[in-house]
Amino acid sequence: MAEAAHHYDETMPLEYRTEESRLNILGFWIFLGAEVALFATLFATYLVLFQRTGHGPTTADLFEIKDVMIETLLLLTSSFTCGLAVFEMRRRRLTGLLVWLLVTLLLGAGFITFEVREFIHYVHEGATMQTSAFLSSFFVLVGTHGAHVSLGIGWMTLIIIQLLQRGFTPRTARKVFIVSLYWHFLDVVWIFIFTLVYLTGMVM
Amino acid sequence: MGTNYHHETFPWKHIVGFILSLVLTFAALWIAFSSGLATKAILTGIVVLAVLQAVLQLFMFMHVTESDSGKIQTINMAYSFFIAIVVVAGSIWTMAFVL
Amino acid sequence: MKWSEFFVTGEPLIYAADVSIVLTVIGIVFILTYFKKWKWLWDEWLTTVDHKKIGVMYIISAVLMLFRGGVDALLMRAQLTAPNMKFLDSQHYNEIFTTHGTIMILFMAMPFIIGLMNIVVPLQIGARDVAYPYLNALSFWLFFVGAMLFNIAFVIGGSPDAGWTAYFPLAGNEFSPGVGNNYYAVALQISGIGTLMTGINFLVTILKMRALGMTLMRMPMFTWTILITCVLIIFAFPVLTVALALMTFDRLFDTQFFTMANGGMSMLWANLFWIWGHPEVYIVILPSFGIFSEVVSTFARKRLFGYKAMVGSIVGIAFLSFIVWVHHFFTMGAGAAVNSFFSITTMAIAIPTGVKIFNWLFTLRKGRIRFTTAMLWSLAFIPNFVIGGVTGVMLAMAAADYQYHNSYFLIAHFHYVLIAGTVFACFAGLHYWYPKMFGHMLNERLGKWTFWLFMIGFNVCFFPMYFLGLMGMTRRMYTYSAGLGWTPLNVVATIGAALMGIGFLVLCYNIYYSARYGERDMTGDPWDGRTLEWATSSPVAHYNFAVIPEVKDLDAYWEMKKSGKGFEMDEEKLKPIHMPSNSGRPFLISIAFFFAGFGLVFKWFTLAIIAAVFIILGLILRSFDDDDGYYISVDEIKRTERLTRKEA
Ligand code: HEM
Ligand SMILES: [Cu+2]
Repeated sequence: MAEAAHHYDETMPLEYRTEESRLNILGFWIFLGAEVALFATLFATYLVLFQRTGHGPTTADLFEIKDVMIETLLLLTSSFTCGLAVFEMRRRRLTGLLVWLLVTLLLGAGFITFEVREFIHYVHEGATMQTSAFLSSFFVLVGTHGAHVSLGIGWMTLIIIQLLQRGFTPRTARKVFIVSLYWHFLDVVWIFIFTLVYLTGMVM
Repeated sequence: MGTNYHHETFPWKHIVGFILSLVLTFAALWIAFSSGLATKAILTGIVVLAVLQAVLQLFMFMHVTESDSGKIQTINMAYSFFIAIVVVAGSIWTMAFVL
Repeated sequence: MKWSEFFVTGEPLIYAADVSIVLTVIGIVFILTYFKKWKWLWDEWLTTVDHKKIGVMYIISAVLMLFRGGVDALLMRAQLTAPNMKFLDSQHYNEIFTTHGTIMILFMAMPFIIGLMNIVVPLQIGARDVAYPYLNALSFWLFFVGAMLFNIAFVIGGSPDAGWTAYFPLAGNEFSPGVGNNYYAVALQISGIGTLMTGINFLVTILKMRALGMTLMRMPMFTWTILITCVLIIFAFPVLTVALALMTFDRLFDTQFFTMANGGMSMLWANLFWIWGHPEVYIVILPSFGIFSEVVSTFARKRLFGYKAMVGSIVGIAFLSFIVWVHHFFTMGAGAAVNSFFSITTMAIAIPTGVKIFNWLFTLRKGRIRFTTAMLWSLAFIPNFVIGGVTGVMLAMAAADYQYHNSYFLIAHFHYVLIAGTVFACFAGLHYWYPKMFGHMLNERLGKWTFWLFMIGFNVCFFPMYFLGLMGMTRRMYTYSAGLGWTPLNVVATIGAALMGIGFLVLCYNIYYSARYGERDMTGDPWDGRTLEWATSSPVAHYNFAVIPEVKDLDAYWEMKKSGKGFEMDEEKLKPIHMPSNSGRPFLISIAFFFAGFGLVFKWFTLAIIAAVFIILGLILRSFDDDDGYYISVDEIKRTERLTRKEA
């Protein structure tokens, strides 16, 4: 608390203006560190189990590159638009911020739609969570990421409502910034799912 | 104060970051399906690209070094990568004996 | 489900427990109503976000859990006293060692440590609260409802019975069809989330909220150990979260992670469990090292010897404790390369641990030692912990571990490190910081009685176990035959356990006695302390420090006293103090977590979903909450300070 007061300056972005905001942003970074450990454990589980397919289908039987690429591009683009939202916020343009947040939200929803379709497709082919260790770990790893994205959509919606109600305040600005960190982070996780689950599964 | 918030009028950094991430993604795709490399080489290649892309997101989009806690944030992320490697590589290595 | 399955039936011990639980609840409700204390309970405790009160609640819960875990332990010792005893049957014995281990580590050691850190850390760094007071309350209540959920298992639905390590395939549906292990998975999950948030909270608090002038290398050693403990929590607990989630999926939704068919790999559970499990043992031992460091340097009246080496060694442990986990399953059959690697890293971790032992010894050297109760615990810690550590290094040799593994030798090892390390530290810390919590001291005479009874009892109980292990007695066996020759040592061990039980009762009596007759601490600095918590009044004012102290040295308060100034407060310098508002939401959200957990345990998914909706609602309300806290006026601070300020 003591170091805080004399750090205030006008060029500092709105989301860093209060001591509380600075603490919350740092805390969220630390939380992301914990999330790295969480996903690492899920990846470890998947990579140990993915060739243990029992009587069920293998990775090569299941994955299709077209669907995966669509999902990947949707999420990559949403990470970019989310970055633009923060960029607009730092220029104090509320409309720009809202528009880009909305675009991000829609891209995220598109991603989820494709993912759900993919899952349903697998289930119809008889590949369920109960079929084999490979599929259990696949659904839980990719599903945990999907649940995170869905949660992010809900969270972003709440923040959009607060922005509409209150406009720019140190608090709303901080929330936008934190949700953007979360969103970029989920993109990073997806890159690893893309690489270690789908690409690896198709080449091995 | 060790901070480096950037003030630009056009989001160059974001656009470059986005293009790079697309390039890296399609490069991984190419390595996986069209390069004709051995499986091991393919895996190494695509993992390296994924790590590059993660670093890119951290610096270009998430501004990990930003603010007066930038150092803590960076150490935190570096340490979490250390843990991730330990957990993933360690588990694979340890469990490799199970048939 | 039939009622006769819902409630555990058929055992006189269980009926007795049912009756005592009902009576206790009625008693509590009666007392609260009779003395009109409901509002007080709600305003002062259930809704508090004050780190000191939260710390006190953690410690009360921990002592209650020490009682529960201790009763489990005494039941086990009673069963093992003589060969072929019929006191407990095998199933009941399995349940008891499972709940004993789980409760002692997760619901006794953890909250005791977290309680002490809640009370002490903000005071030691000269802060007025933690970084996220609201989150802190949520952490506590999540831990608490997790603990309660786990604790009702033995009367509702049935206890878990696969050991605190819950190895598969035993813990899977095939071999443990009841709800017992669902309790394990869900209750640990809920309290684990609370622990993770505590880790983040205190990491940020320590990194960002230190008083002016307190550089990292001027931080008290206890705060340093908590800093590293937080790092361990933050990176280890997510692994437990995932492992428990996978277990839950296997048990509730028939996935194939750890099963025996369809590609499942039961040994993967052991791997994940110990990736968390080994850092976890350091999570409970590092703060203990911190407590001993504070106590030793205070009562030897010397600055801690080798402060920098100490810091270096705990930072080293932060890395090393993540790369040793395989030593818990050397016998599983991983190749020579794997076992050798983890054998070496395990032995390496003994080095930073050993460095610290020498630091304490050199701090004691030529010190003017005062033998207070806290100091006695700390002095006893050193030799006892060394016995545990040395036998740990014996276990670390993979080839030799094939002999020791899962024998009573292992049991003796980890009790020597956990009891002589963590439990002794909790008792030392309790005596040392007690005046800061309640304004009066714990009685020293009774404290010393507890110490001698417990410490001697501990050695009488666990030292024979090394030999029982070498004689072939394996862990978790519920009985043995007379011809094995284990009887004498088992009798001795049970006597030791009884002594420890008596020591614990004396401690409880001491708490009661001191509350009534205990010496008030008028000075705020009863031990002639060295760090900033002793610059506050006892009990500590709500806002901790009227003015934030400025730190010029390690042992900041000692330096202030030596320079003759003390910690003076210039009334002119007072400013209104910002404090966070109380909130009932953390408590209510946690109640919802309890019901969600209960629903999952019994696969009552409707209940679980309804409770989940309440949880989400609570989070949304929090998001829209604009409460910015409130200010304490300068007048009020002056009034409080004049009341509590010591007469110099
Ligand atoms: C000197 C450092 C230490 C070394 C070299 C060491 C080594 C070991 C080894 C090799 C084992 C596995 C033995 C087996 O299963 O056969 C073990 C078990 C254990 N250790 Fe340690 N240890 C050390 C310190 C500690 C500390 C400080 C704690 C806790 C405060 C601790 C708690 C435990 C526990 C709880 C177990 C057994 C858990 C179980 O199987 O239920 N150890 N230790
Ligand atoms: Cu260990």
